Amino acid sequence: MKLPLAIFALLALVPILSALGVPLGGFVPLLLGRVMIFAIAAMSLDLILGIGGLASFGHAAPLAIGAYAVAILDAANIHDAVIVVPVAMAAAGFFATATGAVALRTRGVNFIMITLAFAQMIYFAAASLADYGGDDGYTLYSRTTVLGAKLLDGKAFYPTVLVVLFLVWLKLRIIAASRFGRTLSAIRQNRPRAQALGFNAFAVELAAMAIASALCALAGVLLANEAEFVSPAFASWARSGDLMVMVILGGVGSLHGAILGAFAVVMAEEALGRLTQHWPLLFGPSLVLAVLFLRRGIAGIGGRRD
Amino acid sequence: MTDLLRITDLRKHYGALRVTDGVTLKLAPGSIHAVIGPNGAGKTTLIHQISGTVRPDAGSIHLADHDITTLPPHRRARLGLARSFQITSVLPEFSVLENVALAVLGARGSAFGFLRPLAAEKRLNDAASTVLARVGLAARPASLAGALSHGEKRQLELALALAAEPKVMLLDEPLAGAGPEEAERLIALLATLRGHCGILLVEHDMDAVFQLADEISVLSQGRVIANGTPAEIRADPAVRAAYLGEDF
Repeated sequence: MKLPLAIFALLALVPILSALGVPLGGFVPLLLGRVMIFAIAAMSLDLILGIGGLASFGHAAPLAIGAYAVAILDAANIHDAVIVVPVAMAAAGFFATATGAVALRTRGVNFIMITLAFAQMIYFAAASLADYGGDDGYTLYSRTTVLGAKLLDGKAFYPTVLVVLFLVWLKLRIIAASRFGRTLSAIRQNRPRAQALGFNAFAVELAAMAIASALCALAGVLLANEAEFVSPAFASWARSGDLMVMVILGGVGSLHGAILGAFAVVMAEEALGRLTQHWPLLFGPSLVLAVLFLRRGIAGIGGRRD
Repeated sequence: MTDLLRITDLRKHYGALRVTDGVTLKLAPGSIHAVIGPNGAGKTTLIHQISGTVRPDAGSIHLADHDITTLPPHRRARLGLARSFQITSVLPEFSVLENVALAVLGARGSAFGFLRPLAAEKRLNDAASTVLARVGLAARPASLAGALSHGEKRQLELALALAAEPKVMLLDEPLAGAGPEEAERLIALLATLRGHCGILLVEHDMDAVFQLADEISVLSQGRVIANGTPAEIRADPAVRAAYLGEDF
């Protein structure tokens, strides 16, 4: 319980310091804002990957669906979160329900491949949306407002993202401890036993995919606003892989580990990217080392996972 | 009164091998029906078909008044069929109490609750505590199931079946790997269940079988070669030749 609260306290320090006049520049809030957005996506993935044991390799799809919901509604001159957010979450939830119903008939490697295939479908579907820029992507006319207030603009952006991150974390933590979360975990631990106890494993896993996907769409909405731009690249398989790396590196099943994982990946991209454009060559081996020596991820350093 | 479990002319083959070859069995309310037979007789495949993990080729299975022949395992469980596994099968990352609380939930509640922590659900946890006391695990509710000794895991396995307050329990070698003292305790526990629910017991420990069973069916090469009370089975020359041996 202490580590997650320390993480949120540190993240909250940034706007406080800049309000007090400490010169952080624009760069630190920008980078940490990005970290938090990816943390929301990764944390939602942790529900199905960490707690449910479902290795989805297509979690960039709901991210892109959330982002494209912003773009498509933007083109229709609808900018308020009151409409954008429910549309984004419902679309991503529906996508996960429809594709999950097929994907969940498979296990293991087949599940990984089929979720990847469905995410690729979103990628190519996005590229074929000529009205929304096709391959080139779409630049937003206006950022999303919240009941008319410009909460996703300028200085307000960072605190808003932080609040969303905190709420998503809280929501997932509550779910993890609930009947649903514990049943999902039981199915991961021992599927035949859970079924023999009377649990409909398929229904529980499908619901988990829908919830994870809908929450991930929130990250997509934020990401589109941060970049003021969406493109098919949001749904690329490399992005799905990044999200998995964030979860695994941060500490599978811990939820707050996803924040640390997102921080590590975004920072590595930034810092190693300055050294060489071939930064993945350095990042790859360090990931291997992390998986070998940090079995509970970054969140598990220095003691038991809480 | 109708039989709790009625298996009619059940058939299952893998290629040319007839694993279940026209098995017909009945389980009367409150009784213990043991299924014995040499290795490879098809006992475990029979259990799998009753619990729903293997689909039979022909024949039917009725649980009380329900035809469950084609239902998935979780639906059978909800209708009152609980099972223990031959190889211990618990939820290793959860505490003993939580294992049993989930068993209570699986049998009677819905998994679709998203707000209240399971640990705070008093009714489920109280019911679980009661079951733990019955199987003799009351002292270890907080231990991780994965860290229990083999005998304790067998007790937990039984608790998971009991927690459902089932109509029928399928016990697949509940004494497997238990030491003599543990076996004695488990046998005494099973004896107390007589009358509460029907038990279909697959077991290799003949002492246990002849102590507990009201009725015994002997399975050999997928067929029921004998059926009767323990005394009748003991006296059956075919059974002695095929399985029990002369000195039993």
